[in-house]
Amino acid sequence: MAATIDHDAELAKAGAGVEGKWGAFLYFCRRYPLGAAGGVISLLFVLAAIFADVIAPHDPLATNAAASLSAPDQSFVMGADMMGRDVYSRIIHGARISLAVGIGSTLLGGLLGVIIGLMSGYLLGWFDLVMQRIIDIMQALPLLVMALVMAASLGPSLENTIIAISIPLIPQVARVIRSNTLSLREMPFVEAAQALGMSEFRIAIRHILPNTMAPFIVLATAQLSSAILTEASLSFLGLGIPEPHPSWGRMLSESAAEYVRTAPWLVIFPGIAISLAVFGTNLLGDAIRDLLDPRQRN
Amino acid sequence: MTSYLVRRFFLMLLTLIGMSIVIFLLLRLMPGNIADIMFDSAGFVDPAEKAALEKELGLDLPIPVQYWEWISALVVGDLGFSYVSEMPAIDELAPRIPITVKLALMALGFSVLFGLPLGVISAVRQDTMLDYVLRVISLSGLSLPSFWLALLILMAFVTYLGEIPIYTDPPDNLWDELLLYTIPAAAVGFRTSAIIMRLTRSSMLEVLRQDYIRTARSKGATDNSVNYYHALKNAVLPVTTIIGFEAAFLIGGLIITETVFNIPGVAHFLVEAILMRDYPIVQNLVMFIAVVVVLINFIVDLLYAVLDPRIKYAD
Repeated sequence: MAATIDHDAELAKAGAGVEGKWGAFLYFCRRYPLGAAGGVISLLFVLAAIFADVIAPHDPLATNAAASLSAPDQSFVMGADMMGRDVYSRIIHGARISLAVGIGSTLLGGLLGVIIGLMSGYLLGWFDLVMQRIIDIMQALPLLVMALVMAASLGPSLENTIIAISIPLIPQVARVIRSNTLSLREMPFVEAAQALGMSEFRIAIRHILPNTMAPFIVLATAQLSSAILTEASLSFLGLGIPEPHPSWGRMLSESAAEYVRTAPWLVIFPGIAISLAVFGTNLLGDAIRDLLDPRQRN
Repeated sequence: MTSYLVRRFFLMLLTLIGMSIVIFLLLRLMPGNIADIMFDSAGFVDPAEKAALEKELGLDLPIPVQYWEWISALVVGDLGFSYVSEMPAIDELAPRIPITVKLALMALGFSVLFGLPLGVISAVRQDTMLDYVLRVISLSGLSLPSFWLALLILMAFVTYLGEIPIYTDPPDNLWDELLLYTIPAAAVGFRTSAIIMRLTRSSMLEVLRQDYIRTARSKGATDNSVNYYHALKNAVLPVTTIIGFEAAFLIGGLIITETVFNIPGVAHFLVEAILMRDYPIVQNLVMFIAVVVVLINFIVDLLYAVLDPRIKYAD
């Protein structure tokens, strides 16, 4: 072990001398190179989703019998599916579906979870008791099984898929927010606010809620990747996004067994898209966790 | 301890009753029932015949009555009849359950076998090249969809061996059967092993920083003895919880894997039954899954008290 301590290096590592938003950004990239890589990957998918109409060389829904199952070439960079639709364009447009469902269900589940957790932890009493039992029930099924039954009972559509995935995400958020609220409500600053005559509602919203945001963001980034994965799984099983929308999971299920032999590009490219998107959000999520939750830092 | 067990038992019962109501209502919310699906596929609908079918299946009764009929039969072990095959639901489910259980156990064994040692190595060699490689592998385990991994494995088999290891007939003997499950179990277990690996790593790192480890080192204990005897014993504690959780949650991954590999287990059967609105199968199967999840959580809690003497469940 080295006996001397390089003070400048230690200070830089701890983030000394970081000024402004740009400085903070550069510090994050230096400190968490893997996280920065995840950020770049995620950004690419966001850009693909926003500018899908400009980037995609073909109409993702346009069928072309002549191009059916054509291998990757100059006009179809990633080949074409059975109906002659361009796989590359469908993947680019698929980013919209994937991100819409991923972000939509994480936000919806997060919002509901925060409301339940905050009320549970702050009000306690019968409300907390009932909510804890309901959350027990929601946690008695694996995420995918719950999402599967929800998706089937709501019917296939973009909105329903978002709702179906958001519901099983609620319990985790509610639990984390509740336990944080429980410890926060005993803090002196809450007592001070009460002494000032602030209403309970205002204390919960203005003083407790902001303090629960760091663990919430950590959890939400982790949930984002599992939401994207769950959408792909549901669509793969035919219970998620309906035709003709280009969903990555759906693209795989159409091509699954039959084309493994004849048209491998139909299996490879959508799978890479899913894996890369989830990998990127996972990398970013890990870095954000390290940054916001020092107790879990390794 | 006794009163803790009694309290836990009643909470479990409450959870399961709540689950049965939720699943029952969700199924009734689904657009269309079995009668709709059967008559739609026939192409022509005679309202009288459709009503007769709904009456025969009891779908015309008020929802609370339907629920009561299901639950009162369920507690005496009568699961009703499958709408699709018209066989007793228990006869449909019973032969499929062992298949899924075997797959899940194999996947779990696989993931502990790889996840635990690799997690320990990653922690012991923290911030070395090996650690980075293992961390990227574990992160990709969390990112690769299990169905895509399964498809890739199938593709590799087709390309290099010219055959697909897909389930066709019931295998001749147990050995053949287990051999057939190796690949699907590995495909679904990859994710679990990644989760176990990550948790083992962070738990090991935390333990390695504690005072008693420094004491052991200062007493001259060898690196191996400190890492694998003193540290691992305590680091493994949170990992048991996750192994328990994942054992129950593997069924989610198995839904997809069984579908891709065409394995006739319960997980794949659940999707088929949902698509056909086969209520007796779906509601009983979901209840079965819930019972398994709740029981495993309970066992993990008890195991925790056994493994960590500091934890006592107060009366």
